[in-house]
Amino acid sequence: MRNSYRAQNIAFFFLFLATLLIVVPVGLIVVIIIQKGLPAINWQFLSDIPRQGMRAGGIFPAIVGTVYLVSGAIIFALPIGLLAAIYLSEYSKDNLLTRLIKLAIVNLAGVPSVVYGLFGLALFVIFFRFGASIISGSLTLGIMILPVIITTSREALESVPYSFREVSLSLGASKWQTIRHIVLPNAMPGILTGTILGLGRAAGETAPILFTAAAFYLPQLPNSVFDQVMALPYHLYVISTQVPNVEEKARYGTAFILLALVLFMNLVAIIIRYKFRKKKKW
Amino acid sequence: MRKLKEFIVEKLILICGLASIFFVALIFLFLLKEGFSIFKTVSPFNFLFGKSWYPISEPSQMGILPLILGSLLVTAGAAIISIPIGVGCAIYIAEIAPAKIKEILKAGIELLAAIPSVVLGFIGMVTLVPLVKTVFHLPTGLTALSGSIMLAFMAMPTIVSIAEDALYSVPKTYKEGALALGATRWQMIWRVMLPAASSGLLAAVMLGIGRVIGETMAVMMITGNAAVMPNSIFAPVRTLTATIAAEMGEAVVGSEHYFALFAIGIVLFVISFAINVTADLFLHQRQ
Amino acid sequence: MVKFTIKELNIWFGHVHALKQVSMEIRANEILSVIGPSNSGKTTFLRMLNRLNALNQNFRMAGLIKLEQEDIKNIDTELLRKRVGMVFALPLPLPLSIFENVAYGVRMHGTKNKKVLTKKVEESLKEAYLWEEVKDRLNESAFKLSGGQQQRLCIARTLAVEPEVILFDEPCSGLDPISTAKVEDAMVKLKEKYTIVLVTNNVKQAARVGERTAFFLSGELIELDKTDKVFTAPKDKRTDGYIRGKFG
Repeated sequence: MRNSYRAQNIAFFFLFLATLLIVVPVGLIVVIIIQKGLPAINWQFLSDIPRQGMRAGGIFPAIVGTVYLVSGAIIFALPIGLLAAIYLSEYSKDNLLTRLIKLAIVNLAGVPSVVYGLFGLALFVIFFRFGASIISGSLTLGIMILPVIITTSREALESVPYSFREVSLSLGASKWQTIRHIVLPNAMPGILTGTILGLGRAAGETAPILFTAAAFYLPQLPNSVFDQVMALPYHLYVISTQVPNVEEKARYGTAFILLALVLFMNLVAIIIRYKFRKKKKW
Repeated sequence: MRKLKEFIVEKLILICGLASIFFVALIFLFLLKEGFSIFKTVSPFNFLFGKSWYPISEPSQMGILPLILGSLLVTAGAAIISIPIGVGCAIYIAEIAPAKIKEILKAGIELLAAIPSVVLGFIGMVTLVPLVKTVFHLPTGLTALSGSIMLAFMAMPTIVSIAEDALYSVPKTYKEGALALGATRWQMIWRVMLPAASSGLLAAVMLGIGRVIGETMAVMMITGNAAVMPNSIFAPVRTLTATIAAEMGEAVVGSEHYFALFAIGIVLFVISFAINVTADLFLHQRQ
Repeated sequence: MVKFTIKELNIWFGHVHALKQVSMEIRANEILSVIGPSNSGKTTFLRMLNRLNALNQNFRMAGLIKLEQEDIKNIDTELLRKRVGMVFALPLPLPLSIFENVAYGVRMHGTKNKKVLTKKVEESLKEAYLWEEVKDRLNESAFKLSGGQQQRLCIARTLAVEPEVILFDEPCSGLDPISTAKVEDAMVKLKEKYTIVLVTNNVKQAARVGERTAFFLSGELIELDKTDKVFTAPKDKRTDGYIRGKFG
């Protein structure tokens, strides 16, 4: 008996160690980036265009570019994703088609990001002749975040009690009226959470925009959706690996802004989720 | 009026419901459309098993075996590191950690999942790469090993969260039964929980590996990108994903090089498809 | 006058034969109590009258149900459910204000005029004996009401769409005796204007409010007669057994 408790203590110690091996580096990464990146942040860094071959100046065009790309992605993905989620939660029957749709969503979520880049290049840039542009990049990112939006929205819709639907239908409301007036408003916080998580995902991705939207160095703002743009993640890649003699400060600063942007969105999503849980009435 | 509106809305919902299938098919179709042409000049066998990747030399050599092996090597390394740590962490979170610490740990894992891969790649470049270089006395730290460590780290959130779900869904009665028979908690976990959750754990591992094979930016930034047959984990390698990301910018649209990169895309798509379908089967088996 | 005519009604859910060869009539402006042990098919029977069963994927039916002269299959589902309202077992307010709960059905049937809605809400709440208790807090969440108040709100919500028939599915199962008495009072008074079908597990309640009583067992209609007859001189032994508490 004593032996089995000793074995348990040893085993638990290793499990604890495994956990530390993940959590401590995460903490370290965040601390390093904040510590070295924060001092680089000033008004000029945020509002100026890159100068001297990206060795000086700021990252304003990259910030703007990322905002454009992400907004475009969400404008495309939210309506489709939400309607797809409504289909799965409210209309689909337990049959082969539904099984196929779910499998397709799983696969869409698993396609490597660089393959999305290839797809965007072939379809939007070349086939539709959009060129490397905001619209090509946005559409590519939009398809990539579709599974995130569908999955989270569907969970939100399904968490609305079934009895609400029955009550509404029993009063003679149609199915769509029921969805529109009862299900959707009550699923909104969850849908919003999913949308913001999708936004965060899109903001951080590099590979899908490599060949579809991102410009290496473009010290001006885009005029239309058919223009190329700089983007934060690609800019970080470029100044980390492609341009020699960039000040370390600029790299950490860019990493800091990108990380802050993504974590901020995640934080907002968590807060919405938390508040909603507390307020939930049923 | 109400009927007509209803009809249109429902058709629209159905169309969007089918969108996922449509997009998966579209992706595969366009990869095929652009990538298949390479097999007019290079046989599929020589493409997959050719030992040299010199896409722009004259005559070009389009063998992706070094890239496949590069991906496999980095992935195998990442799997060896991430599976025990990831599953261990999942067990700790699911069974051992007190409720409050559990929430903190889960938040930490979610945080890791949210960090963009290019940021992890950058951090890997400035911390991990020099570390590997000094510890192993190597000429460069940009090696398969660095890539494996980095990717193991990136696979953790997937492995931990799915494995934790799997452990969580083991019926309580199993656990209580084992404890009632006088087993210690560890014996209960080892003999009862892990076997009961095995198909879910397997799915967790597979999806983690899927994440690793598809990962692009971080791997490109820290593995050194040498497109040669890998012979050691301490040497630079080049993965399938990194090859596409690094070379597509320079490939001329419609050239053999361009076709070949798309053909690599087909290979990646097929691998991820196979992994996801299998993992999905394992996950459904559990229910 | 006959409100519902039911002929040889059979219902299946997948392989489960939930109702077997049920034939009966429901008269206008009566209170019909439906009793029986759980799984006897009484709720299935009730949910057939407004076709709510059709929401179940595995639902199949055979036989005929006529509302007045029309086969309910030929009536537009939304219109049928407007004519045949329902009050559920548990108080189920929608996550809206008290006012919006009552106005919801009316709005869904196309009324947008605020004045008409306000009038309708007041009327319906009065009819359900809730007006005095809530008139000063119509904009509060319906979840702030007590269980009994919530159930009367649900009645008001059903009344607001001007139904002809109201189906009650064990409406007092979650309520205390005082709230139950209030809901029963409301039902008895509603009878003047509406036809009421009351499914209940509470045999005494059936005896108190029902003019006629139907007894279901294992999906079959065993007996249907005047309430005092069913309770004092049942024709079937099984009815007698149930009323005396031999099953369920």
